[in-house]
Amino acid sequence: MVLDQGTLGQWLLIMPIVICFLFGAVLLMMRRQMRMHPTVAIVGLAFLLVADIALLVEVARSGPISMAMGGWRPPFGIVFTADMTSALFLTVSGFVGLACGIYAIASIDSEERRYGFYPFLFMLMAGVSGSFLTGDIFNLYVWFEVMLIGSFGLLILGSEREQLDGATKYCFLNLIAATIFLLTTGYLYGVFGTLNMADVAVKSAALEGEGALQTIAVLYLISFSMKAAAFPLNFWLPASYHTPRFVVSALFAGLLTKVGVYAMLRIVLMLFPPEREGMGLLIAWIAGLTMMVGALGALAQTDIRRLLNYLVIAGIGTIFVGFAVPPLLESGSASIVTGAAAVIGETQTVMQRANNLAAQGTLATGLAGSIYYAIHSIVVMTALYLATGVAAFRNGSSSLHEMGGLWRRHPLFSVLFLILLFAVAGLPPFSGFWPKMLLVRSTLAADLPWLAFTVLFSGLLITIAVVRIFALAFWRPLPALSRAADPVEAKAIVDDTFRAPPPGRPLALIPLVGLTLFVVVAGVWPQWLAQMTFTAANELLSPSAYLSSVLGDQR
Amino acid sequence: MVVALSAVVGIMFAFAIYLLLSRHIIRMLMGVTILGNAVNLSIFVAGGIESIAPPLIPPGLDMPAMATANPFPQALILTAIVISFSLFVFLLVLAYRAYQDLETDDTQRMRVAEPEDEGLPPLSY
Repeated sequence: MVLDQGTLGQWLLIMPIVICFLFGAVLLMMRRQMRMHPTVAIVGLAFLLVADIALLVEVARSGPISMAMGGWRPPFGIVFTADMTSALFLTVSGFVGLACGIYAIASIDSEERRYGFYPFLFMLMAGVSGSFLTGDIFNLYVWFEVMLIGSFGLLILGSEREQLDGATKYCFLNLIAATIFLLTTGYLYGVFGTLNMADVAVKSAALEGEGALQTIAVLYLISFSMKAAAFPLNFWLPASYHTPRFVVSALFAGLLTKVGVYAMLRIVLMLFPPEREGMGLLIAWIAGLTMMVGALGALAQTDIRRLLNYLVIAGIGTIFVGFAVPPLLESGSASIVTGAAAVIGETQTVMQRANNLAAQGTLATGLAGSIYYAIHSIVVMTALYLATGVAAFRNGSSSLHEMGGLWRRHPLFSVLFLILLFAVAGLPPFSGFWPKMLLVRSTLAADLPWLAFTVLFSGLLITIAVVRIFALAFWRPLPALSRAADPVEAKAIVDDTFRAPPPGRPLALIPLVGLTLFVVVAGVWPQWLAQMTFTAANELLSPSAYLSSVLGDQR
Repeated sequence: MVVALSAVVGIMFAFAIYLLLSRHIIRMLMGVTILGNAVNLSIFVAGGIESIAPPLIPPGLDMPAMATANPFPQALILTAIVISFSLFVFLLVLAYRAYQDLETDDTQRMRVAEPEDEGLPPLSY
């Protein structure tokens, strides 16, 4: 039974899911009290964030925790497990979920609320939290689908023509990605006879070098790249992410692609280390091309929201850089590659191999950079979409052809926007700088100078793209003003564009300030976050604590 | 048996991919269904097909007394069927709504979200 083994930490593990489903169900039952919806939802999201933070603290204190559902001991039952990586992603997703929930009070009108914005939001958060917490690969598929259902509902909220078009592409491609994931999971079951991640990790160490594992790893790479929108499989994202409401775009850009990244970390990196090494150069190319496609795409857009779509893709490319690094010694050279391969070939158990990997710092540095960048990207992309929502409301449009004059009208908001733009371009002193530095250092140490160059060069192109947003939408005067014949008409145009915000609008600024504060704090005092990401990376590379947490003494 | 089923899976995949590469949403929908079923069948094959005893435990024992069939793939497939069916129904409705509003089911002509005749971004003030 669950009851006879539940310590406090183990109960914390399932709280995020319980809270999401409980509040989602309650909100569905409150169909006739639409006015109460935001209040109840914010309370629920605040509980979710508190539970996530408590779990993070518990994991930081005592290492990975796991809980077997229904008392079915692993590897037979479904396990929920949290290590540092899951807890970090979970906490940031809870933070972003709460921010979007507060923002939605001001931006989602009552009709869209009636169509179930908040229940769908909780469904999405349940899917995201479940994906981060589960320790079973088939269960991960199920949580992916929970998340997909929630996202489908949010995507077509409003059912405009544009949304139907974007949603069709999004739904087809995500469903196909999920189906490939399911297929690969079937093969994995055929090879190992188990779907418990810890069990697979132990068994895959024994089966090292089998062709079937390479196939499985590549298929996982394909399906997660599709989910994360990495280079050849990224075309659905710019087609669909700019069509829903701003707050929905923000949630999607922050969370959904990062779940693909998390699955990549967990499955490709933790379960198949030698296979990942074999794909190292392939992943490096994927990362480089994704960054360049994102940066060049961003340069070519006129609409801020579509420009941000490409920045999401560029961010995914930057995260992938850390996955490509071979586990070399810091003074990497070709002879060490063969030496490392020999060491890895000799050792028998996954523990020894993993400990060898952890001793070699490059991959750990790269992975820590990736996790740090993913967390930064979740916060900053959400904040940018939300801020664009505010700017578009104040300016009546999100097209760069029509925006202008925001700097003079809203100086403080402009400063906030500028901080976010700096952060997304990876400029110091904001949160994007440190992970990029870690990534560049690890690629240089790993003898991949062209990849380090691509990181920096795409950063330069992104800087140009985002500075153009600032110059056009904030600095230049309103373009419509140049068409005005006399001062009276000019004043009418200005008044018409910068309408007075309706009551409740200031609420939209609270989550923005909160998210920006995170960006600044994580940039100026990066040590605490860097420490946690290094712990997370080391746990992924030498998962002995994870394994003993899941399998206990049965191993 | 395994070889025959594998061949069927292969043929279904071929059909599914052919249909998914089509321009028309209605054919893509059929492709998605066939793809889902092909994947389910492949899990079934991957789980091992043997005509041995059903997985029942006699009274008084903790484990089956002899080799039994593996019920696990069926559980996986059942879950996968339910999920893929519900998502397929959603896609069907979405495709119909898109057909109503966009007046086409040709994906090449669905360019509302990404208009073809986009001008250059503003180059200067």
